[in-house]
Formats: sequence, structure tokens, C-alpha cells
Amino acid sequence: MSHRLAERGIDHVVLERGEPGNSWRTERWESLRLLTPNWQTGLPGNDYTGADPDGFMGSREVAAHLARYAEVIAAPVRAGVTVTSVAPNGDGYRVTTDHGVWEASAVVLANGGSGIPNVPALAEGVPGGVLSLSAKDYRSPEQLPDGGVLVVGASASGVQLADELARNGREVTISTGEHVRMPRSYRGRDIFWWMDAAGVLDERWHEIDDIVRARHVPSPQLVGDPERGVGIGALRERGIRIVGRLGRVHDGVAQFSGSLANTVRLADLKLDRLLERFDAWAAETDAEVGDVERFAPTEVDASPRLELDLVRERVGTVLWATGYRPDYSWLEVPVLDYKGRLWHEGGVIPEAPGLYVLGTSLLRRRRSTYISGAAHDTAELAEHLADYLGGRAPQRVEIAS
Amino acid sequence: MSNTATVDNGVNSDALLGARDALRQAPEAAQFTWKATSEWIRGTHSRQTIESFRGLGQEHAHKKAFVLEGDHPEPFASEDHAPTPVETVLAALAGCLTAGVAAVAQNRGIQLKSVKAIVEGDHDILGILGGDPEVRNGFNEVRVTFDIDADASPEDIAALVAQSQKRSAVFDALTNPTNVTVSVA
Repeated sequence: MSHRLAERGIDHVVLERGEPGNSWRTERWESLRLLTPNWQTGLPGNDYTGADPDGFMGSREVAAHLARYAEVIAAPVRAGVTVTSVAPNGDGYRVTTDHGVWEASAVVLANGGSGIPNVPALAEGVPGGVLSLSAKDYRSPEQLPDGGVLVVGASASGVQLADELARNGREVTISTGEHVRMPRSYRGRDIFWWMDAAGVLDERWHEIDDIVRARHVPSPQLVGDPERGVGIGALRERGIRIVGRLGRVHDGVAQFSGSLANTVRLADLKLDRLLERFDAWAAETDAEVGDVERFAPTEVDASPRLELDLVRERVGTVLWATGYRPDYSWLEVPVLDYKGRLWHEGGVIPEAPGLYVLGTSLLRRRRSTYISGAAHDTAELAEHLADYLGGRAPQRVEIAS
Repeated sequence: MSNTATVDNGVNSDALLGARDALRQAPEAAQFTWKATSEWIRGTHSRQTIESFRGLGQEHAHKKAFVLEGDHPEPFASEDHAPTPVETVLAALAGCLTAGVAAVAQNRGIQLKSVKAIVEGDHDILGILGGDPEVRNGFNEVRVTFDIDADASPEDIAALVAQSQKRSAVFDALTNPTNVTVSVA
């Protein structure tokens, strides 16, 4: 966004609580890699030119990538500045930080979609003596106390952590509600090549049926490693116990939904529809790809476990991979709904002119969820922002990142 | 998405989708309370009456009071005046899933010709008899088998049935724990 604003000569600063790439450097587990291949990590005016376009960056490499970009574009970053409030101020905003107060005509909330782990209230039932840890605070298997692990949630985070812990010799149970099954590669190409080429990533937010729901769909069961399958089937083959969605924890016993069979069925059917779409696109465009493939239906136990006694079965850790929500606790502009969610139209907040949001799931298109979405999203939002500022003076924009 | 011009399963999907959007703006109106009253008759025989419910911020009366009865069968040394309540639960599951199939089919433009289902619940009654502390009182397993004739591919019908489970209140109530409090007035 800073690059786009600079292109238009709009005076701005970027407020960063740590150093650029902070959350990628300090809030991710050690083995984490991006889900998208390197060639899809370009930023505006700065395509990936490294030696490994089909590789997957680790989180520290992502942090370095972002920090380097900030230098390349000479972004006016104020590092080590924590925003404590953004409030209306005349026809602009007052941004209060731990290093002074800024007045801005426009503010872009680029603090990311992963501010606060969505740990459900039922976590309060986890008995004392069992560690309750969110994926945001997880770093490596060695960090966990002895004993088994119950991983709650089967998004990319959940399946990756379940896989890592099982490989570390832990007895792992993974509890899964609705999830997104996806193979790493299909017909000889990486799945994100398909998503890009067949236009899935370019579907616009207002073209998607029920965008509110779409923005809350878990991330696909992938890992940035072509050798490692992390779907439900692969985890089960690795000896991980698959159970249904966690319903409650009562008297130290975790109880799971009996709907697992339908949960995996839904994911299988959804995958088949995606592959059919890819096949149709490949046939239409005569794409250079391998033969059509279909994946076997996901198998689960005929009678999956409905209960896990955390204490008696020596589960040492419950690991919550239940998603995140953005942190807007410092936003003093009345734009949040009854669930604390920010309603925006492709990043534009209709109820607060001059206030924008950037870098959240499916912001303007499917690609927005990934790094490669930044180029388009920032171009369009910068244009909107410039139009909004048109004729107003003085012009100053804050980016809280 | 909806294809009401050519498909008629007797479901008003536009109204349902409209309600979804409206209730997102007014979530308090989405809070419903369903109610049945019950009275013992004799032995294991009882009668339940369902006539009103609360939702959309007000009390609603059904068109008439609906009456269900419950009893136990002869092998339980009862008189079998009515279905066993566990059978009523199975019937409720079938009713809920079938309504879901019709609603999803309408929304997806699928014309249904017939929708039949068999619902079976496996039950070890040593649990309710107190004959084995390791046996639960409820079902060990519930199976639903749908037989659907519709203008759709087998994959689309499978997706229909899967989606109806995903959005079924009774399926959820049976497959997930619910806090139930029972008190004496």
C-alpha cells in the first residue's frame, strides 16, 4: 500500500509495532512454510526472482522478504510504534500510539487477519494439568509437555501440526469440523498453479455466493512441501486418530460430534467439484498438464471415537488450531457488528469514509488471502483512497501494519 | 443459484435466502424457542402437545395444536399405545433431513420426484435397564438410507444429502453434546 500511495504522491507513514514482517518473525511455528509457491509471492513492482520459484518460503524468509521490500520501495516505516487507538477526528482520524499522536485524512488497517486466536469458550473445560495452547503460541514439538496431543481444527495449521507432532512420536488425535481437502499437486502441476491459471484466485468478493461464509472457510489441508500429504487420509495412515468436531469438554472428557462421516464426504465432494472445474478449464484451453486424476474417498473409522478422556488417556496438550480473527480492540470507530466483525466492501468501509482494511481473508478476491493478492488489492484501494482524498487538504495517510 | 422457474419442490427458497440476509442484520430476531408440553396418561403412556413457539421477537401459534404420544412396546411389558420416544427421535431426524433435501434441491434447481428414507437406530437396552454400567442409554449408532429419484446426477444427489446433514438441526442435536437442564416447577 505504501508503494501505491508513493506512486500517487500521497504523503503517508507506515506504523509498525515491531519491524516489518513482525508477525511472520515472532508469531509463527518454526517449521511453517507458505502454502503458496515462491513464484506467487511477488509484491507490486517486485516479482520473485530467486532460484527456487517452485519452493515454499519459511516464515522467517517471508519476514525477510517483507523487510527487504520495505527497503526497496523506501517505505516510510516507523518501526517499534504500537497503535493504541484509532478514533474519528473531524473529517479524518486521530491515531494514538505509544510514540505520540498522528492526525490523518485516511487510515488503512493492515494489521492482518491473524491477530487473535479464535479459541472457543469450551476451552475453559480443559482440566488443569493439561496444557491448552493456541497454534499462534506453538513453536515446536519440544515445547509441549509429555503425553498425547489433541489438535482441534483441521485447517492447514491443524493438519500440519498434527502431522509434525505424530512424526515427533506423539500420540495425536485431530478433531475436525468442516474442512477443505486439497492435493498438493494435480495432473503434474502444483494446486496453486491451477488455482491461479483457472481463475479461481481471481474470483471477486462480490461474485461469491455468501461472502461472509466464504471468508470463514478454513484454509486448505496443504503444507508447503510437495513430499508431505497432510489430508485426513494421509494423517490417518500415519496413525493419527481422526474424530469429529469438538462439542464440549465435560469432566475432563472431550466429546466429539458424530457427524465425521458427513464432514469428510462434504470435503470429498467439494474437491471433486474443484477438480472438475480444473479439468473443464484445461480442456477448453488445451493446457499442458498430465492425465485426469481422481482421489479415493476419504476413509474414516466406521465408528469414530466420540469421547477422549484427557486425563485418563494421558493427553498432555490441547492445541487449538481453530482460526484467527483480526484484532480491532484499538479501533474506536463504530464500524464493528455484534460479533466484533468489521463490515467492509472489498476493503472499503462504507460507514467510515477514509478508513480502509487490507490483508484479510478474501478481501477483494480469493487471491487476497495470499501474498499475491496484495498487488491488485493495493492498486484498487489506493485508487479509491486517492479519489476520496481528491480535493481535500492536507492529505496524510496512516498505515497501521 | 435458485431455479424456481422450472423447478418446484414446494419450497420457497427466495424467502429462506431473504430471511437469512435479514436475520444477519437483526440477529436477536433469529433467537427461537421451541416448545412441547407433556402429560402422563398411565403406565409408560404420555401425550405431548405442540402448539406454539417463540421467534422473530414474538410468540407464534401453530395452525392447530399437534398431538404426539409416547409409550413402550409389549416386549417392555407395556401396552404399545404409541411409538417409543426413541422412535419419535428417529422420525424427527428423517423429517428434518428430508426437509433439508427439499430445500437444498430447490435452491440448486433440482426437481425431486420422490424422496424416501429408512432410519434405524441401534440400541443396547442394557443401558437403560441398568444392566451394564459400560453401556450408554442412547443409540450406539443411527443409520439413515435415502432413496431419491430426481433430475440430477448421483454426485449431485450425494451432495444434496450431504448438505442437508450439514444444515440439519436434528442431525446436529443427535450428533453433538447439548446441555440439558431438567428442573421441577
